[in-house]
Amino acid sequence: MTRRILYPSILLVLFVLFWELMVWQFQVPHYILPAPTRILRTLAVQQSLLLHHTLITLEEIIVGFLLAFVLGVGLALLMFHFPVLEKSFYPIVIGSQTIPVFAIAPLLVLWFGYGLSSKVVMAALIVFFPIVVNTLDGLKGADSDAVNLLRIMKASRWQILWKVRVPSALPFVFSGCKIGISVSTIGAIIGEWVGSKEGLGYLMLHANAQLQISLIFASLIYLTILGVSLFYLVVLLERSAMPWKRLSEAR
Amino acid sequence: MGKKGASFPGNNKLSLREIKKSFPQDGSSLAVLLDISLSVRQGEFISILGPSGCGKSTLFNVVVGLVQRDGGIISIDNREVENGLGDVAYMQQKDLLFPWRTLLQNVLLGPEISGGVHEEARSEALELMTRVGLRGFEGNYPAELSMGMRQRAALVRTLLFHKDILLLDEPFGALDAMTRSVMQHILLGLWMDYRKTILLVTHDVEEALLLSDRIYVLTARPAAVKGEVSVDIPRPRKVTDLSFVDLKGVLLDMLQGEIERVFS
Repeated sequence: MTRRILYPSILLVLFVLFWELMVWQFQVPHYILPAPTRILRTLAVQQSLLLHHTLITLEEIIVGFLLAFVLGVGLALLMFHFPVLEKSFYPIVIGSQTIPVFAIAPLLVLWFGYGLSSKVVMAALIVFFPIVVNTLDGLKGADSDAVNLLRIMKASRWQILWKVRVPSALPFVFSGCKIGISVSTIGAIIGEWVGSKEGLGYLMLHANAQLQISLIFASLIYLTILGVSLFYLVVLLERSAMPWKRLSEAR
Repeated sequence: MGKKGASFPGNNKLSLREIKKSFPQDGSSLAVLLDISLSVRQGEFISILGPSGCGKSTLFNVVVGLVQRDGGIISIDNREVENGLGDVAYMQQKDLLFPWRTLLQNVLLGPEISGGVHEEARSEALELMTRVGLRGFEGNYPAELSMGMRQRAALVRTLLFHKDILLLDEPFGALDAMTRSVMQHILLGLWMDYRKTILLVTHDVEEALLLSDRIYVLTARPAAVKGEVSVDIPRPRKVTDLSFVDLKGVLLDMLQGEIERVFS
């Protein structure tokens, strides 16, 4: 555990030192590449501004993620139970992935406006895919002998779903969530770039226009912290939802 | 001894008559069960002995209704039934304990499916767990336990299905010799106390002889009943008993020809 944190920390510190030295050495102007110390100062001075925009982005991600989760798990369950739905939806879901979210972002802003909803939709779109695909795989992946065991007990379809399929799908659902939450920031930021008045993406674009490059870096740091925290939140949820998982991993 | 497909009219818990099953394969059909007829009386311990791959598991799948048979009649309590679904409990070589459930939750699966776990079921489960040496592990997850302990839990779960007929498909096949012998002892004790009707599939001649009242020997695939052997040795049996050794010789002779067929 300590080494897991120690090694990357050392690397990061060395990198930042190198960066600082290079900026001083070559007298790089701050509007091209600000020194780490300058970014630190911006972080301190602009704290409340950064926090405000971070919370906006956080809201977009959370709402978008939850929307994608509900719809994704729902669609996966429907596709699992009605093969005709799987045959119709699955190829479209896969095909839709070839369309870059960037490409449809302007349309979404046009349809859903400059506010929260267009970013929520954008985040949801990008999160949706890994959740659907993983959940469906998980539902299908349940041990057929375990399913048969319940059949022999004359269990109903619902009982088989809740007692075998859903618990065996959980690790897959969480894998989907982990991928989903990692890419959710992309959706929200793109949405903010294309059209918004708030959020970290907006702040970066705004800072860029005013050559406040250190503010861009400060925003990036907030965004990274946001993304990593959300990821670990999902990991925490995963651990508390599946206490048995750690036991089998420990073996 | 040696009577083919003997039946005991009027007194059978489970009887199979001329069960047939083949599976489609490469355009033609592969016969797995050629003609299986056997009968089991209430409270009897029967073993089905056959070379591996002879279709013993298919037979059980037909009996429980997981696989549709091509022909033949299944009767339970002398009444013809579609299949044994809902009337039999089934245990496999794989323990099939759910990793997300504690041991107690696992063994209570049967009562839970058939309408709620009551205090009675819980105390019965604890009693059985004590009996098979699992007391104190109720709250543990299967991943924390040894293979033998997991299989004991699977046995308790099977008993708690509360069915008169137990189908055991090589339940101890994956265990080491020592653990297996402990499991056989436990199974025998539970059978004597609960008077269940047991049908055990095995390819282990000694296991069949140690446990059963009668043994059906199957031919190599496609499976038919090659013969039937009554084991009239008082329990507890010892592998060194003279009569035990004699019968083992008889059974091995019967199997030998079939094993040769498999490899020819």
